[in-house]
Amino acid sequence: MIKEAALFNPPLASVQTVAAATVSPPAKLAVRNLNFLYGDAPALKNISMDLPEKRVSAIIGPSGCGKSTLLRVFNRIYAIYPNQHASGEVLLDGENILDAGYPVHKLRSQIGMVFQKPVPFPMTIFENIAWGIRHHEKLSKSEMEARVEQALRRAALWDEVKDKLKRSALGLSGGQQQRLCIARSIALKPEVLLLDEPTSALDPIATGRIEQLIEELKHDYTIVIVTHNMQQAARVSDRTAFMYLGELVEFDETEKIFTKPARRQTEDYISGRFG
Amino acid sequence: MAVDIYVRRRAVNVVAMLLSGLAAAVGLAFLVWILWITVKNGISALDLKLFTKITAYADQGGLANAIVGSLVMDMIALALCAPVGVLAGTFLAEYANRTKLGAVIRFLNDILLSAPSIVLGLFVYVIIVLPMSNLTHGAVSFSGLAGAIALALIGLPVIVRTTDEMLQLVPGTLREAALSLGIPQWKLTIQVLMRAALSGIVTGVLLALARLAGETAPLLFTAFGNNFMVANPLDKMASIPVAIYQYTNDPNPALHAIAWAGALLITLFVLLLSLSARWYLHRHKVTHD
Repeated sequence: MIKEAALFNPPLASVQTVAAATVSPPAKLAVRNLNFLYGDAPALKNISMDLPEKRVSAIIGPSGCGKSTLLRVFNRIYAIYPNQHASGEVLLDGENILDAGYPVHKLRSQIGMVFQKPVPFPMTIFENIAWGIRHHEKLSKSEMEARVEQALRRAALWDEVKDKLKRSALGLSGGQQQRLCIARSIALKPEVLLLDEPTSALDPIATGRIEQLIEELKHDYTIVIVTHNMQQAARVSDRTAFMYLGELVEFDETEKIFTKPARRQTEDYISGRFG
Repeated sequence: MAVDIYVRRRAVNVVAMLLSGLAAAVGLAFLVWILWITVKNGISALDLKLFTKITAYADQGGLANAIVGSLVMDMIALALCAPVGVLAGTFLAEYANRTKLGAVIRFLNDILLSAPSIVLGLFVYVIIVLPMSNLTHGAVSFSGLAGAIALALIGLPVIVRTTDEMLQLVPGTLREAALSLGIPQWKLTIQVLMRAALSGIVTGVLLALARLAGETAPLLFTAFGNNFMVANPLDKMASIPVAIYQYTNDPNPALHAIAWAGALLITLFVLLLSLSARWYLHRHKVTHD
């Protein structure tokens, strides 16, 4: 009896943690009881989730469910607007980034973000990438050139732009501009990459290239992607979160979410009954 | 039934087009008329004498001192109001946007924009001309500098407004993209936003210059006027608008002709500024969709 009880209590907990560790890698970003207000209107209600390291997590849900808001909390970009408030914790490697003492420029070099519409800066292609780096690091000219090339290669854009680095980035196509934006973010060597509907303004071919890129980038980065496109979530992500009306309904392995979701709401959304 | 609706729509459309076309034609007609009268009357006195002789020779002279005076005062005015205006507009758009303070400053700026220019002239008379005169025991009273300050007050709100508006036209996504790279606000403002809004800001400055170059009222109590050539901004200073004002009040028709030539000169100057502003805007159009 006693032996059984001993077996039953502490060891089981350790078995669970071991099992959890082998099933999914440790959390890079841990969200704890996160609430968000636009003025008085709550946009996120008590969200808690663990985003695994070097995996792609997709966030899906109908318009206005709070998925972009959630993403915008992760690098505190919401804070540039008055009247937007987040409370709770978002732990990056155990440190709360919502803490006022957490340096925001450091946070934004650790957590990069790519937006819905490609936004190249009105400068040359080279400068688009070098500009951000220069703020965080002092590099020699040759180091900078190597760094820019590396970022462009990683974003699968190098071959298309290597001969026109000195030309304005505004002359690139939409898909190229979006890859430039991804290159710009990864040039800062972030740990997490936030993608806010990165392909919604792109044609299917450009979308395919970005998705392929996400596939490659997840070996080095923890990626969180917000998408309207459920097929995209199914294609690129390891885990999928379904949000509805500011709440996290379900967050699980992508395969599970799309084949046998635990919650009725998720199933209804996936099968197109609403949203 | 359905046909009826379409016929009526077409009729309403024709009437609306006619009315708006007519309104445009009336506006344009007056503009062309003004230009025509100015050119017709001004061209006869537009000769070399206008640029070489000073107003002291009256109908045997020209407007050389007034031209120089206008240039000096306009340039000083611009040097005063352009930096302040651009910085204030930047503050409004980038730092005080959507705040109470910003709303109050915008409101006050709009008041300044519509303030009667003679009031600004009187204001400068009271706060600059009189104290200067008291301080120097009358050695310096009316001055080109005071005139330039009054003109700067005319140009300032124009520049504040256009800078503010042009910066606000830069899409918010550009700000978010830069800030999300960890770039600080000041760097973002100078290196991206100003660059994106530059053509608009330059246009605003040129328009302000065009606006203040034609002002008479603020100069009457400040620069006063002068029949001799001076370049020292602490002296009373002549200007084209004031010279026009004085000459048209004179019974001598020869002076009227010179006044017309001055009017033509200012019109051409403003036209040239507007055209170059447009040209600049066109050349440096930044496309964000």
